[in-house]
Amino acid sequence: MSTIRLSAAEIAARLAAGDVSSADVTQEHLDRIAEVDGDLNAFLALDAEGALATARDVDARRAAGETLHPLAGVPIAVKDVVATEGIATTAGSKILEGWVPPYDAFLTRRLRAAGLPILGKTNMDEFAMGSSTEHSAYGPTRNPWDRDRIPGGSGGGSAAAVGAYEAPLAIGTDTGGSIRQPAAVTGTVGVKPTYGGVSRYGLIAMASSLDQAGPVTRTVLDAALLHELIGGHDPLDSTSIDAPVPPVVEAARRADVSGMRIGIVTELNGEGYQPGVRARFDEAVALLTKAGAEIVEVSCPSFAYALSTYYLVMPAEASSNLARFDAMRYGLRVAPAGVPSPSAEQVMSATREAGFGDEVKRRIIIGTYALSSGYYDAYYGSAQKVRTLIARDFEAAFGSVDVLISPTSPTTAFPLGSKLDDPMSMYLQDVATIPANLAGIPGLSLPVGVTDEDGLPVGLQVLAPAMADDRLYNVGAALERLLVEQWGGPLLSRAPELGNAATSRAASSKEGKA
Amino acid sequence: MTATRTELVPFDRALETYDPVMGLEVHVELSTASKMFCGCSTVFGAEPNTQVCPTCLGMPGSLPVVNGKAVESAIRIGLALNCSIAPWSRFARKNYFYPDMPKNFQTSQYDEPIAYEGWTEVTIETDEGPKAFRVEIERAHMEEDTGKSLHVGGSTGRIHGADYSLVDYNRAGIPLIEIVTKPIVGAGKYAPQVARAYVASLRELVKALDVSDARMEQGSMRCDVNLSLMRKDAEVFGTRSETKNVNSLRSVERAVRYEVERHAGILDAGQKIVQETRHWHEDTGVTTSGREKSDAEDYRYFPEPDLVPVAPTDAWVEELRATLPEPPAARRARLQGEWGYSDLEMRDVVGAGAVDLIEATVAAGATPTAARKWWLGDLARRANDTGAPIDALGVTPVQVAEVQALVDAKRINDKLARQVFDGLVAGEGTPEEIVVARGLEVVSDDGALAAAVERAIEANPDVADKIRDGKVAAAGALIGAVMKEMRGQADAGRVRELILEKLA
Amino acid sequence: MSDGISRADVAHLANLARIDLTDAELDRLTPELTVILESVAQVAEVADADVPPTSHAVPLANVFREDVVTPGLTPEQALAGAPAVEQQRFAVPRILGEEA
Repeated sequence: MSTIRLSAAEIAARLAAGDVSSADVTQEHLDRIAEVDGDLNAFLALDAEGALATARDVDARRAAGETLHPLAGVPIAVKDVVATEGIATTAGSKILEGWVPPYDAFLTRRLRAAGLPILGKTNMDEFAMGSSTEHSAYGPTRNPWDRDRIPGGSGGGSAAAVGAYEAPLAIGTDTGGSIRQPAAVTGTVGVKPTYGGVSRYGLIAMASSLDQAGPVTRTVLDAALLHELIGGHDPLDSTSIDAPVPPVVEAARRADVSGMRIGIVTELNGEGYQPGVRARFDEAVALLTKAGAEIVEVSCPSFAYALSTYYLVMPAEASSNLARFDAMRYGLRVAPAGVPSPSAEQVMSATREAGFGDEVKRRIIIGTYALSSGYYDAYYGSAQKVRTLIARDFEAAFGSVDVLISPTSPTTAFPLGSKLDDPMSMYLQDVATIPANLAGIPGLSLPVGVTDEDGLPVGLQVLAPAMADDRLYNVGAALERLLVEQWGGPLLSRAPELGNAATSRAASSKEGKA
Repeated sequence: MTATRTELVPFDRALETYDPVMGLEVHVELSTASKMFCGCSTVFGAEPNTQVCPTCLGMPGSLPVVNGKAVESAIRIGLALNCSIAPWSRFARKNYFYPDMPKNFQTSQYDEPIAYEGWTEVTIETDEGPKAFRVEIERAHMEEDTGKSLHVGGSTGRIHGADYSLVDYNRAGIPLIEIVTKPIVGAGKYAPQVARAYVASLRELVKALDVSDARMEQGSMRCDVNLSLMRKDAEVFGTRSETKNVNSLRSVERAVRYEVERHAGILDAGQKIVQETRHWHEDTGVTTSGREKSDAEDYRYFPEPDLVPVAPTDAWVEELRATLPEPPAARRARLQGEWGYSDLEMRDVVGAGAVDLIEATVAAGATPTAARKWWLGDLARRANDTGAPIDALGVTPVQVAEVQALVDAKRINDKLARQVFDGLVAGEGTPEEIVVARGLEVVSDDGALAAAVERAIEANPDVADKIRDGKVAAAGALIGAVMKEMRGQADAGRVRELILEKLA
Repeated sequence: MSDGISRADVAHLANLARIDLTDAELDRLTPELTVILESVAQVAEVADADVPPTSHAVPLANVFREDVVTPGLTPEQALAGAPAVEQQRFAVPRILGEEA
């Protein structure tokens, strides 16, 4: 029997028991990718050879009686924004096409050290800028629930890969919701840890003060297992927190909300939220009440400014972080047309024009503006102050509740192309997820059902104070258990079948190991 | 170079109308083992791109981590310049595109420098003798160096006219401390000397702190000279030029002088000074226009989000204060007293860069007078002749003390000592070994000397007569003859005694 | 610039950011940026003078590394992704501007 529909924890248990080999598990996932990824475009590069080599090595070490990491041999997909030595890393951008990093990100090193076969790199909005994965230079990823709809973004590739059983685990990054919103619209689980909880070393930066890597999975426990593996202090990231990873796995196993105080954020549950999203959210709240949690409503008035704050801080930092893509040391180099013997300056400008997509250019220009002399105080400076207000709202709220909850995203997955010409409406997708990034606190999204109107998944977001990531897992796992009991199985089992027909052309042409 | 040539106004005449206002920005490369934000080596002169990593190459995903030793050095420099140390400071990103800057922003400190508001005192020679001049320090802040470009093609090897460039990032990310003065006013005609003395004193200071080797010729200490002229009756500063690439003490002095003359020429012609970056040309002694500062120069500074604040505790700052060496001026005063040198002698010693050498020579047993005699005499001459720094001649203070001991023991004389130095420079061994190997020891065998004296008297009967008549001063001619015969290897004092005994 | 952002402003910003925007892009971006900037400008409404700015959500200070040399990349690794290489250096087009 194939292992592709098992959770990572279940695969790990079978590997440990010797029921299956990692080589077989890895091959089954590679086969699944070959079968369905032509339709989905969740992967930008595959490393079948490398993944199988890791799998065989793990199998050999297990056979030799070596003590292995609990997730050893469980394959994983990694968002293409994470540096992987020897595997092309493009961040979804043409400007980095074919770039093979000479080094591993911190979390890549962790994955390799623990023996997780890396299947490949997942698709994303270019430089993680977007909420639909339509801004990838390599074509959009499609939602496994409906291939005409977006899988969320920027980490649509990781969410779709996990949702379509191409990988049991994936790595995402979340600057304004890029793990949680794709999880919500694909019926998967995604966690943004506390800022500084997972090293950013080797993550191609969008907004340094907001970026955070985290797990993308199908169950809350799987997310906890992966979180525990990639979390913890890294001296190569100055913003890495020098403290043990919160007891996330233990919390996911405890899954008990009795006696907990759970706050509903008034500002994240009103106008602009699709009826079906609100209905599923309300039912989930009822379940939590039934399980013994006390539900209170809290107000975070500054959240009204969160989106504006985010769309100043993020592009400002991004405009600076993306300055390095200049055709001098790596990546694309384009000569300006009709200019004999162009200068470095001209080549830089021509390359950046050709190599960056529309959304990236848009954000770089906004960020350049927000930082430019004369406007800094009104824009970037003010935004940094509003961050303080948002953090204070959270602080006040967590003074009276243990966790906060809201719908993860105001809508279910929207049709591909429907928001491309309206950046503001695309930005609104992240209205509920952004406050956590601005305040650095952790957030988790888990599926709470499908809407009546479109039959698409709805996500619920749990937020906790900084370094109290374990609370997310406790609440998330408790709610997940109640829902799965109610549904009689995981939500993803209701997703349409994929594959069948000959759809492997794109996947097989994408063998991307350097 | 600009199309219109400016008439220079002679310095002295310029000073009749204008007061120069200077601002000096000195970049000091710290001699840490590793770079400012990564663990790459900082050793000078390595093969290109061998001291690089993802961070100092600005590769996607890489992150900086601050070198704690560099922060310590910055604080110590700040303290030595009597600065306040910020209890909380941050790094900022200075955004501009340049191929030798891997991230296209420089990680620097902007409005929150680690050290600010200090001063230092320099001494210059004036018409009325030495005079102390106080230079106010605006700030000292930390930043990182850029890579180095090699310009290929074209005729000059310079950037203009080059076909393309080759970049080596070994230097990218080496820690720099930038020390910025407040406007230096009131130096008048001594402005060039004040500028030079200030840079020289900084060099001395960072060497004494052991935080930089401060080699201007290798670029580990670099100076930018900002200069403007203010009409004597005016109350606001004029427009300034920023002259880069002023990389020797002599050039600092010359560049100030040149810019004063150039500014005065423009102003006297009724034209306006353009605020611009200029480049100093060591070879021709002129500055040429770089680029105009314009609105396009918008660095979009913001706090570096990849780094956290630097917040030194009082305890740490005090701990570092305790490590400061004696201030150079105080040390010089103390040593002058201990050595009994006159002001003039001491100034020569300082000017020759021989303070440390003499201190070590005295410590090795020579008298201060003897130590000065060798270092400022024969050895300074050798340095001058060969162009080598005096501390790189191949002669150590201990050896100098040993040579002097041989002289004191009358085994050699001063003239022979010079041959011993020849041997030392040639690497022939210790002074003792050289004396033996070269056969330099003076002849102390009275029999041989007496025979030589006898022959000298016979050959110069008239001189001998004069001596017999009491004209002792005439003995010099006979001594010279004896020394010549002995090929210098005799104790002239003993020869004189023997002559006088013989002719008594 | 509360009246929005002009086409010339966008062109100036694009130059600062070294992006050679086409005329069509300038035409499209200018109104888009005007809408976005009008919307985000509301942050100034609440950013009172007495509110301290937050640059990092999790406050840390004094994160330093030891001054120790650690292995970096070989020149081959460093240069592997370079568009052009010569004499073990990154070959770049001629550099305008000031003399180095």
